[in-house]
Amino acid sequence: MTLLLVGTSHRLAPVEIRERVAVDPDGATALGSRLAADGEAVCLSTCNRTEIYLAADDQGEADRRATEALSELAGVEAAELEPYLYRLRDEAAAVHLFRVAAGLDSLVPGEGEILGQVRTAYEGGAPGPLLDRLFSHALHAGKKVRTDTAIAESPGTTSSAAAALAAQVFGDLDGSRIVIVGAGKIGTLAARRLLKRGARLTFVANRTATRGEQLAENLGGTPIPLERIGEALATADILVSSTSAPDLVLRRDDVAAALPVRKGRPFLLIDLAVPRDLDPAINDLADCYLYDIDDLEAVVQETLAGREEEFAKAEAIAVAEGERFSDWLATRDVVPAIRSVREQAEAIRRGELAKASSRLAGLSEREREAVDSLTSRIVNKLLHEPILQLKEAAATENRRGPENRVEG
Amino acid sequence: MAELLVWPALLAYGEAAVAYAGNARRPGSLGLLATWGVRLGWLAQTALLVVQAERADGFPWSTWAGSLNLFVWLVVGAYLIWGCSPRFRLLGLAVMPVAAGLLGLSYAAGGTTSSTHTAWHDVLLVVHVAFVLVAFAGFTVAGGLAGLELWQERLLKRRRAGILRLRLPSLVALDRLTVGTIAVSLAALTIGLVPGFVRITDRGLDALMAGTLMAWLLYAAILYLRVGAGRRATAARLALVGLAAVLVLQLGLLATHVA
Repeated sequence: MTLLLVGTSHRLAPVEIRERVAVDPDGATALGSRLAADGEAVCLSTCNRTEIYLAADDQGEADRRATEALSELAGVEAAELEPYLYRLRDEAAAVHLFRVAAGLDSLVPGEGEILGQVRTAYEGGAPGPLLDRLFSHALHAGKKVRTDTAIAESPGTTSSAAAALAAQVFGDLDGSRIVIVGAGKIGTLAARRLLKRGARLTFVANRTATRGEQLAENLGGTPIPLERIGEALATADILVSSTSAPDLVLRRDDVAAALPVRKGRPFLLIDLAVPRDLDPAINDLADCYLYDIDDLEAVVQETLAGREEEFAKAEAIAVAEGERFSDWLATRDVVPAIRSVREQAEAIRRGELAKASSRLAGLSEREREAVDSLTSRIVNKLLHEPILQLKEAAATENRRGPENRVEG
Repeated sequence: MAELLVWPALLAYGEAAVAYAGNARRPGSLGLLATWGVRLGWLAQTALLVVQAERADGFPWSTWAGSLNLFVWLVVGAYLIWGCSPRFRLLGLAVMPVAAGLLGLSYAAGGTTSSTHTAWHDVLLVVHVAFVLVAFAGFTVAGGLAGLELWQERLLKRRRAGILRLRLPSLVALDRLTVGTIAVSLAALTIGLVPGFVRITDRGLDALMAGTLMAWLLYAAILYLRVGAGRRATAARLALVGLAAVLVLQLGLLATHVA
């Protein structure tokens, strides 16, 4: 049985194609069941990729059916979809899935959502022994990469750096209270990232009431005039400021006045404005951590510099897991051959014992058992080395990486 | 022969300490080696303590060196609650060298041998020593957590760009764990002190008793500062002072108390 992957992703296909072949989890389950008629199938569909993993005896037929299914989804002829498709088999397909699960093939590398999507695809698919093993390995590889490398802690933009810093201070952002000062685009983007991680918007303070009200309505907070920002400080965990004001909007004393009621709760202040909105002296106050746009840029640069190293580590994990899977595949492939060799050897042993039965007639029952056991052990020892070599030969054959790539 | 169990424990703790140091420089598989070192070492030490308990006709850790052995086991046990999580590996860098050093000291002073001759049969005394040791172990781990918290506080205040790559536990998580560990340990110390006070009329107040009372007051003050007054950083700094006090009490003054 061969492992085959047919799919398309953001690497080959524009969004117009991806959105046409994308299916929801129920659709992926139905597709998996349909394609698993003669084998095993799992469909992984996210906004960046739709991939069909198949385990089948007839690789050509499996390929044809998967391509047909994708072109049906896209509503175009197979030939028209062909330039956007890639096909991988065996170890190459496995390593690809391990890279996907690790977030290495994501549009935003290292993002964590994909691991859950791989799990959903696996649980909703129609896997058999091969795909079961493949997806279990993939989930393991994805977790291992997140545990052993800092790839998930690599924000690529200032707004994601702000969200990552907030998580570093508060951990789980679920329920953390955000205050937005100014209705600028960059501040809104940072706030959205925080909200996506579970934080809750409490107040939007803006000089222009209508823009503040509009933003508050969109994101679910309460609009307040900029002059009343002091009232919001007592309860806020994170403040994001991005006004176009020429002077400071929040001074050290404003924040200091709110500290007694905060009871030592950390306060993260993100100043995305140029010129700056927040008094730099706020950082000197106890439990207050102020980051301006340059600090966030430095965080981004630092993580980008370290990203290459983390990527190399993550790639190594994916490849190592791929080799482990490949070894398992190789062993699996030679099982029938090993069984056949063992059966032949056993038949020879029994035949020879039968031939010698007249000469062994004088032996007691116990002595007969000893002879039987002795011949068994000799046969097993003689077969040990050839079986090992058979497995190794199969593994070597299976590890011909470049040949595993079919096309695409 | 059972005494030989101290060697795998010592080796595993030592290996964990070295692996944690390596992992701090290059995070990766060394962290896994370190956590396995802690687990296996703790299991070996548990086996050692079981053998000691089985062979003794009373409380087997009544000597200074013996109590040090038990203290190390409690510290590593408390650390194991969170220590296997990758984000707490840096805490291991603080805890495991101390654990390996103190276990080595206990071994050198004869605290890891098994003897049938033990001094204590009094249940109240055993409760007193056991709870005080549990409290001291908790305070030691709380000291490590507070150290990690203050280090992260410093990184955040100085806006160190590489902070995310260190993969530390969040500041709030460290704060909660420090306070929670101190609260539980203070309760254990209070329970442990009661039987001690019952016996105080027999032997009077010695240096260890006075020191332990001071430690109780210090940790009560830490809890008040953090929970009542909201002075998080001050409470964390005092937890480090408390750690130093606990080590002095455990290593220095306990010898005079037991003698």
